[in-house]
Amino acid sequence: MSQTTSTQRSAPPAAATLDVELRQVFKIFGPDTAVKGVDLKIRQGEFFSILGPSGCGKTTTLRLIAGFETPTTGEVLLQGRNVSHMPAYRRPVNTVFQSYALFGHMSVWDNIAFGLRIKRVGKSEVRTQVAEALRLVQMESFARRVPGQLSGGQQQRVALARALVNRPAVMLLDEPLGALDLKLRKEMQVELSNLHRKLGITFIMVTHDQEEALSLSDRIAVMRDGEIEQVGTPSQIYDFPKTPFVADFIGETNLVRGKVDQAARDGLKVTTDTGLQVWVQPPKIEIPLTAGMAAVVSVRPEKIRLSTQASPAQPGQNCFAGRLQHVMYLGTHLQCRVVLNTGEHLTVLQPNRHQRLPELETPVYASWAATDCLALAAKSPASELTDAS
Amino acid sequence: MTAPPTVPREIALAAKPSLGQRLGQLIEPLTLLLPSGVWLVLFLVIPTLLIAEISLVPGLRPGDVPGAYGLGNYLQIFQPVYLRVLFRSLNFALGTTGLCLIVGFPVAYWIALMAPKRWRTLLLVVFILPLWTSSLLRAYAWITILRSSGLLNVVLQAVGIPGQNILNSPAAVYVGMTYSFLPYMVLILYSSLEKLDIRLLEAAADLGANPAQRFWQVTVPQTLPGIAAGGLLVFITSLGDFVVPTLLGGASSMTIARLIYNQFLGPTRNWGFGSSMSMLLILAVSLAIALLIRYGDRNPENYS
Repeated sequence: MSQTTSTQRSAPPAAATLDVELRQVFKIFGPDTAVKGVDLKIRQGEFFSILGPSGCGKTTTLRLIAGFETPTTGEVLLQGRNVSHMPAYRRPVNTVFQSYALFGHMSVWDNIAFGLRIKRVGKSEVRTQVAEALRLVQMESFARRVPGQLSGGQQQRVALARALVNRPAVMLLDEPLGALDLKLRKEMQVELSNLHRKLGITFIMVTHDQEEALSLSDRIAVMRDGEIEQVGTPSQIYDFPKTPFVADFIGETNLVRGKVDQAARDGLKVTTDTGLQVWVQPPKIEIPLTAGMAAVVSVRPEKIRLSTQASPAQPGQNCFAGRLQHVMYLGTHLQCRVVLNTGEHLTVLQPNRHQRLPELETPVYASWAATDCLALAAKSPASELTDAS
Repeated sequence: MTAPPTVPREIALAAKPSLGQRLGQLIEPLTLLLPSGVWLVLFLVIPTLLIAEISLVPGLRPGDVPGAYGLGNYLQIFQPVYLRVLFRSLNFALGTTGLCLIVGFPVAYWIALMAPKRWRTLLLVVFILPLWTSSLLRAYAWITILRSSGLLNVVLQAVGIPGQNILNSPAAVYVGMTYSFLPYMVLILYSSLEKLDIRLLEAAADLGANPAQRFWQVTVPQTLPGIAAGGLLVFITSLGDFVVPTLLGGASSMTIARLIYNQFLGPTRNWGFGSSMSMLLILAVSLAIALLIRYGDRNPENYS
């Protein structure tokens, strides 16, 4: 059972170009299972993100690739080699740590040179490569400082340089921008993206920031409770989430529970628990739902329109009466809260066009096209947890 | 444009400390420092000054009328026989420090980083337990172990190795002093290793460093302040130790502490010479502490 779209690539990459592969990896810590049967295939040169809430096992997954943990069962492959039990110091990967983990007793220069010196690279070669790495992260003038004298953003750059100077096959980034303030984080996102393009090596980033994952990644794996919920491109993840969890975690969405009434090839009708009938016609997507199944309808706030008049009922359109409860001014958008007459709360995002909104507590109609919402199986079947194939 | 805001009178008045408050600011630290200050002056500063004075009277013996001041006592130290004692004392102290480091580091490392967390305090207490008994008692215990009919030789002979005469030799001094001062070393190294950032070791491993390289290039530099402090403490205490060299070392293990003892309470009774050697010991120890303060942990935030 799989969902595929014709417009987006989601086929697994061919084995020859794989940099990292995880096969049915489990990691058990005492009574806790942090990673539960993760399968991942990461292409050479890809910017791959592992996204999920804290405690979902994403950092453990990264540590399994880095070699700080060994899988309880399952295999970790780097460039086709099984490295499951290879210690971290022998693996051709380098990590940028969330805490930076710079050596406080060494200068910036010595920090960056550390990996090269361990590998007994010649002195002049170390000099050119460290200088090159410093230039790459624009920290040339800080070479003689010690990490304690640097700001968070500068330490982050040094950590990046220290990892990339080793020319690893794979760069691992553990919440690399987590400790930076918003503005700096945006800047560093651009730089990370540029670095990735310039170096052409595989980046695997762990983050809980969905915006960061969407804007930087070629593909994203969404994790929850040690399992992978969905793997796909940013637009696949955002536009066609496979589970209610993914729909809710990536961006904002309205979720309404119900049951499938009719299922046809071109769409289906879901009757919500409160009795609303919702048409769902996702574009170009197979729906693994049949009549009688429990389902969750997901509609993004920006897809809903508000009006004071009901639009004439027609197939392919959903229109429900309610009242406007609350409006929040967000600058570019207005965020409205609507309570339907049946009791559902909807969040609606309207672009700010200086339009006049209905008075609060007056009747409004919320409408959206059947093609603008998705029906998701309320309980995700196990086979969906693995990479789409 | 507008008048500057004026501070209300009562606030301005309150901001100025009254005479009573100012007196309080003076008296508070004094009352806190007075007891220890009196103690220090009576039992450290004045005695040290007395010793310094006596050390400047050559060959002063009890009952003598003090003669003229001179540097004779200090020059006497440079006689080869006394230089040998000084050299031996330094050797004992340095050797003990080295042994304590070699034995203590793995123990402290294990307790701080590898032992189960809930056992750590207990393990430390067990390690410090010997300190609760008198140092004299511990030295006597070592005599019963090391003497020719002692436990050590019983065990050695049982496994077919000929008995050793360790008691009354420098080896016994090393053994006894290392045993005596190891707990201090372990305690100080533990507190330093406990603060070691494990993530730095992971970062080093990530950059290709094998366990030995991680130890020498991250663990040791990161715990250097602790190593220096522990080493200094052991060095100072073993340099001035009197009990172990006297009871375990025998006649061949004359140290500066024993020599000083002999000048005051032993047969020679040369207070002047004893005082000059005491001053030398005080000077050496002060110098070591000064070096530690100056270079030991200059920039603690760099080690965070």
